[in-house]
Amino acid sequence: MFEIIENTILAPNVHRLVVRAPRIARVRQPGQFVIVRADVHGERIPLTIGDADMAAGTITLFVQAVGTSTLQIVHTPVGGALQDVAGPLGSATEIEQWGRVACVGGGLGTAVLYPLAKALAEAGNEVTTIIGGRSAPYILLEDELQAFSRKVIVTTEDGSHGRQGFVTAALQELMEDPRRCPAVVFAVGPVPMMRAVCELTRPERIRTIVSLNPIMIDGTGMCGGCRVRVGEETKFACVDGPEFDGHLVDFKLLTDRLSMYREEECRMLSQLPEELRNQIVTVRR
Amino acid sequence: MKNNLQRENGRWGQRVLMPEQDHHLRCRNFDEVNLGLSEEAAIAEARRCLQCKSAPCIAGCPVAVDIPAFIAAVAGTRMAEAARILLADNTLPAICGRVCPQEEQCEGLCVLDRKGQAIAVGYLERFVADWALRHPEQLAPTVIPKASGKKVAVVGSGPAGLTVAGELARMGHEVIIYEALHDTGGVLRYGIPEFRLPKEIVDIEVARLAQLGVCIECNVVVGKTITLPKMRNEHDAVFIANGAGLPTMLNIPGENLKGVFSANEYLTRVNLMGAWRQDHATPIPRSRQVVVIGGGNTAMDAVRTARRLGAARAVILYRRSEAEMPARIEEIKHAKEEGVEFVMLTAPLEILGDNQGWVNGLRCQAMRLGEPDTSGRRRPVPVEGKVFELEAQVVVNAVGTGANPLLTATAPELGLNRWGNIEVDTTGQTNLAGVFAGGDIVRGGATVILAMGDGKRAAGAIDTYLQRCKGRPLM
Ligand SMILES: Cc1cc2nc3c(=O)[nH]c(=O)nc-3n(C[C@H](O)[C@H](O)[C@H](O)COP(=O)(O)OP(=O)(O)OC[C@H]3O[C@@H](n4cnc5c(N)ncnc54)[C@H](O)[C@@H]3O)c2cc1C
Ligand SMILES: Cc1cc2nc3c(=O)[nH]c(=O)nc-3n(C[C@H](O)[C@H](O)[C@H](O)COP(=O)(O)OP(=O)(O)OC[C@H]3O[C@@H](n4cnc5c(N)ncnc54)[C@H](O)[C@@H]3O)c2cc1C
Ligand code: SF4
Ligand code: SF4
Ligand code: FES
Repeated sequence: MFEIIENTILAPNVHRLVVRAPRIARVRQPGQFVIVRADVHGERIPLTIGDADMAAGTITLFVQAVGTSTLQIVHTPVGGALQDVAGPLGSATEIEQWGRVACVGGGLGTAVLYPLAKALAEAGNEVTTIIGGRSAPYILLEDELQAFSRKVIVTTEDGSHGRQGFVTAALQELMEDPRRCPAVVFAVGPVPMMRAVCELTRPERIRTIVSLNPIMIDGTGMCGGCRVRVGEETKFACVDGPEFDGHLVDFKLLTDRLSMYREEECRMLSQLPEELRNQIVTVRR
Repeated sequence: MKNNLQRENGRWGQRVLMPEQDHHLRCRNFDEVNLGLSEEAAIAEARRCLQCKSAPCIAGCPVAVDIPAFIAAVAGTRMAEAARILLADNTLPAICGRVCPQEEQCEGLCVLDRKGQAIAVGYLERFVADWALRHPEQLAPTVIPKASGKKVAVVGSGPAGLTVAGELARMGHEVIIYEALHDTGGVLRYGIPEFRLPKEIVDIEVARLAQLGVCIECNVVVGKTITLPKMRNEHDAVFIANGAGLPTMLNIPGENLKGVFSANEYLTRVNLMGAWRQDHATPIPRSRQVVVIGGGNTAMDAVRTARRLGAARAVILYRRSEAEMPARIEEIKHAKEEGVEFVMLTAPLEILGDNQGWVNGLRCQAMRLGEPDTSGRRRPVPVEGKVFELEAQVVVNAVGTGANPLLTATAPELGLNRWGNIEVDTTGQTNLAGVFAGGDIVRGGATVILAMGDGKRAAGAIDTYLQRCKGRPLM
């Protein structure tokens, strides 16, 4: 069992959980994730390791309640415990000295982006962060990102915070300014957003790294359920990724495969009591 | 079901039949198919054994169970003695009695096999093991010897890992098993379905290890959570038994369509994650037509699972003929009784999909058997021009698994063969001092009993090593 030390609400339906997992805290690297099962009947849910405190033996997870399993996870109270936390899984982000790097996060993707951006900054890169959401309350981790970013640009769809519009518009502006144009872009968010970012950077040949979130089970390369198409190859996102060269990713296939259990997910949701159902965000994929 | 010493079938009597759940019922539930022999039937079957002096059957068993001896005890109604004999050679008889390919092993070498009436060694083994599970008080209590002060780490809790752990604990060593998944048993848990091997049996075997003082830690992915070098530093010896968990892809178009699964994923969702039960959260598609590609035990397990999940038409697609199928004979028989269709001499060319990205069929190539290949089996060759389509909403790829590189990639100093399997000597020792390996990671996909045999042999070698070694290797 993995004890919950802290559970705070960051944004509507997005919780920051601090979980005791000393082994994982000791060795995890940016870009890696864990697989969590809330209880003995639960699904295995992949979640990025947002941060870790080696001394305290804890890891931080940012979890958005989008379905029954994530809802159950965010509802685990302080002092309660998650049944299983396995990891760290996946390959660590390749952190290099690229110079100017743009980190683009959409919605919950910002939470997945956070550890990468932090590591990139710590490695001496000049990080410009662009984060977006539908409206002000959905903007995550702005202050935390501010702490190490050269600049944080916020966009909201309704203009309630930062600039109105999508993250892509802000990125385009950055790219058009020769003094700020990034050498590398990291993009994490809903699939349509990552695809749009890749379309933007492709003609300029700006290396673009995306973090993919296919459905997973074991997370160790045993089942092949997480397969994605990258270039001419089939890759297992849990071991070969989750980060890949965005210009080579088959986003259509990813979108298709993510919808595999949609009927089942809807049925599970419809069985939830009304007040719980209302706590779930509908996300675009 | 009276068994016949009446010998109406000649001098040797007739092999006992296993009572089974009715096939109309069982193809819609996950309860065990084989119900087990009654005591009467077991005794009668045991009495058929000729007690051959040379006991050729023993040579067919990878762990050399003293077959005539335990059978003689059954024949004499001395069940506790039978259990003691059996357990001396085989620590997991309730499992082996159910899943060993007996026809190729012990029973295949029984002198009565020539008459088609081999002694049902597997059924008897299961009978004795189940009896022992119900009568623990009649078994000699396990004596745990004085602690040796040595500490051994085991990677993986499949049959190889469980066996080595049990043996080492009985020798007085401190054993800790690290398991990547959230539950124990390896393929016994996530691969082989409930209707063939009830998980309660795996639970009991694991509990028995706990009684011996073996510590099992789940959710530890060796290579990620801890590395092999670190394990070597913290333990006096290491045994690696992480199995052959890497699905082989078909490499044909359409393989990534929705509804196309590796057998590992399909079976893991159902068995480990409990997708067949209402109270578990993991989903699995329940489709009308399911096609499973392959001819081994894995393929049979997947196709029979599909029937139980409600498939009206569940098909096995195999590129050779039934005679070449590697699956156990009993699984093939059961699958047929349960209404599984066998489409033989057929290879998939392409998996077809609809505009939503869902699979809706397969394009297949008819094959015929040509000249024998290096494995001695006749090689399938395409019959020119014979291409046809099959409808399917779920396709399961059960063509095989390879060595998963997750652990070995983080231990480059470990010697591997060209398929990525760990190389060991006859005792199970790898090229690294104090590091042993066994089971599927060494052999490629093999069998439960071979994995156990490896565990047993390695336990002996590890014990010898521990008595000799002066300290932990310096890293
Ligand atoms: C490597 C990796 C890292 C991840 N990191 C995080 C993280 O740090 N925080 C976090 O909140 N989530 C993260 N996710 C996504 C998370 O795993 C899914 O949201 C979760 O599996 C949904 O489960 P559920 O049962 O609650 O929802 P379901 O009932 O399964 O689905 C409800 C809805 O959620 C969406 N959904 C389902 N599966 C996914 C998925 N894999 N990705 C995105 N949306 C999905 C769909 O819109 C669906 O309709 C990550 C996924 C991966 C593969
Ligand atoms: C569907 C199916 C049906 C089968 N049916 C039969 C049958 O009827 N009869 C028969 O004799 N054989 C059968 N087999 C084969 C048999 O199950 C295997 O040969 C046997 O289980 C191998 O045992 P093992 O201990 O080597 O590995 P496994 O049983 O594969 O166990 C390996 C364990 O190691 C864990 N692991 C992997 N990587 C790591 C890591 N990095 N860190 C920690 N733990 C890790 C895995 O999660 C797993 O629990 C079947 C196999 C399958 C897949
Ligand atoms: S362990 Fe397997 S091969 Fe050996 S006697 Fe028992 S059933 Fe036969
Ligand atoms: S070969 Fe057959 S008949 Fe002879 S001892 Fe073995 S099981 Fe009995
Ligand atoms: S999640 Fe099973 S192989 Fe990636």
